[in-house]
Amino acid sequence: MASFKVRKTYQEINEKIKKGNVVVVNAEEMIDIVEEKGAVKAAQEIDVVTTGTFGAMCSSGALLNVGHTTPKMKISRAKLNGVPAYCGLAAVDIYIGASELPDEDPRNTVYPGEFRYGGAHVIQDLLLGKPVVMEAWAYGTDCYPRKYIKKDLVLHELRNAILLNPRNAYQNYNCAVNSTSRTIYTYMGTLKPHFGNATYSTAGQISPLMNDPYFRTIGVGTRIFLGGTQGYVAFYGTQHTSDVPRMPNGIPTEGAGTLCVIGDLKQMDARWVVAASIQGYGVSMYVGIGVPIPILNEEMARFTAVKDADIVTQIIDYGSDYPQAINRSLGTVTYRDLKNGMIRLNGKEVPVTPMASYPRALEISNILKEEIRKGRFYLGEPQATLTQLTTGERV
Amino acid sequence: MIKKRMVLRFSKKTWNQPIVYRLVKEFDLAFNILKASVFPKEASLMVLEISGEEAEFDRGMAYLESHGVIYEPLEANIKKDEDRCVHCGACASVCPTGALAIQRPEMYVTFDTGKCSGCELCVKACPPRVITATLSSRV
Ligand code: SF4
Ligand code: SF4
Repeated sequence: MASFKVRKTYQEINEKIKKGNVVVVNAEEMIDIVEEKGAVKAAQEIDVVTTGTFGAMCSSGALLNVGHTTPKMKISRAKLNGVPAYCGLAAVDIYIGASELPDEDPRNTVYPGEFRYGGAHVIQDLLLGKPVVMEAWAYGTDCYPRKYIKKDLVLHELRNAILLNPRNAYQNYNCAVNSTSRTIYTYMGTLKPHFGNATYSTAGQISPLMNDPYFRTIGVGTRIFLGGTQGYVAFYGTQHTSDVPRMPNGIPTEGAGTLCVIGDLKQMDARWVVAASIQGYGVSMYVGIGVPIPILNEEMARFTAVKDADIVTQIIDYGSDYPQAINRSLGTVTYRDLKNGMIRLNGKEVPVTPMASYPRALEISNILKEEIRKGRFYLGEPQATLTQLTTGERV
Repeated sequence: MIKKRMVLRFSKKTWNQPIVYRLVKEFDLAFNILKASVFPKEASLMVLEISGEEAEFDRGMAYLESHGVIYEPLEANIKKDEDRCVHCGACASVCPTGALAIQRPEMYVTFDTGKCSGCELCVKACPPRVITATLSSRV
């Protein structure tokens, strides 16, 4: 255990939140504070740093309990506004995945496909209070005889509606370019031929896992902002790894960590869960997530002071390498350059645009800041950090 | 001198008359064609950037009207719903004119209608589909 000059516990910080004297800043503000005062003084003064991210997170979906009917039914196939939901669970539990498409959707047969409506739109319609038509089929059993139903689902009438996203909030993500001679349509947006443009997709310096690169404070039970309400980190997300190359500041130079998050869909707000039709690619969902990072010691102060200039990612060719699973980087860029809107590649200037919303991410970090200051949001001490989960380190 | 981007809609009857030519000849207006969807014997549409003296411009528009051409400023045809825009930036990568651009360092996505050519590339590039274009749908 490293010895720190500053030591705070979750309980102490929560006590301050209760008393109303907690000191909270967002991850952007923390940069200057640590620069001016140094990490030790900053850790003494600041209790919590709030982060945020708002971007397309395909690995998302909602677990719905649609309630029993008379006679009862064990649903084996269901469609919500024509979008198939997964039914391999108990009788009336179904899971609607954000990226699912209606069977009739033309997909990419008319290229590039439009993907106007999918699972994410169903979730969005539910959040907007619109009735969603469910059509469901069953084979019928002695205890669940009903074989067919068509009815409207309205969010507040559902017994349960839980947002359960297996992989969100990627720690770092590629910068995408296209080497081929035609425009390509990817989940990283439209990429013009001959390296005509580049896109990237994280909030950089204010993104949650950039501010706790070794997952010292994030784990099972960390309370977070999720879709406009309080949610939780359920576990590490799929494809999570911490075994990656890192910079001296701890920042992974590629993908790395992810979060599996969970929260009550009924409490969420359509401003923070937005359906996305990605041309030529499919349906995805923008999800807003914010994680409060407790400044338990000066190391956490240092981590949360990370700035765009100190974060790098890899330039990946989505024209040929990525689809062929060729693991090759065309170069390394900092988020400062990405955000300035221009990178250099093969001696050529390439314009850059984001795919994730920095303004919305910052807004989330500010909402979280206010909620904590007003005593409405307490820190959730993780039962096991992501590091403990993956390394088997004793909790 | 004024410069305006206008959408001109021609009916089945007017599509083949030299109306735009008259704008140049009689009202001394200069124009740039930003978009033209002209179909023989069918309703057609043109997006023009028209410049000239204000009084002549107004007379030119009156002339269009008297010949059954429906006109309106381009801004009325391409709209970004500011309440629903999430400022993700996806549209800015496809916009060829820079009308949709990232305001740095805040990273807001702004829409300068004066630069828009009405190409409509942004419409399907916007994931939440908050940009609406009524150009092609109302030819
Ligand atoms: S219509 Fe074309 S020029 Fe106008 S904003 Fe959209 S992409 Fe840009
Ligand atoms: S793509 Fe759509 S939502 Fe995203 S910034 Fe452009 S207009 Fe806004």
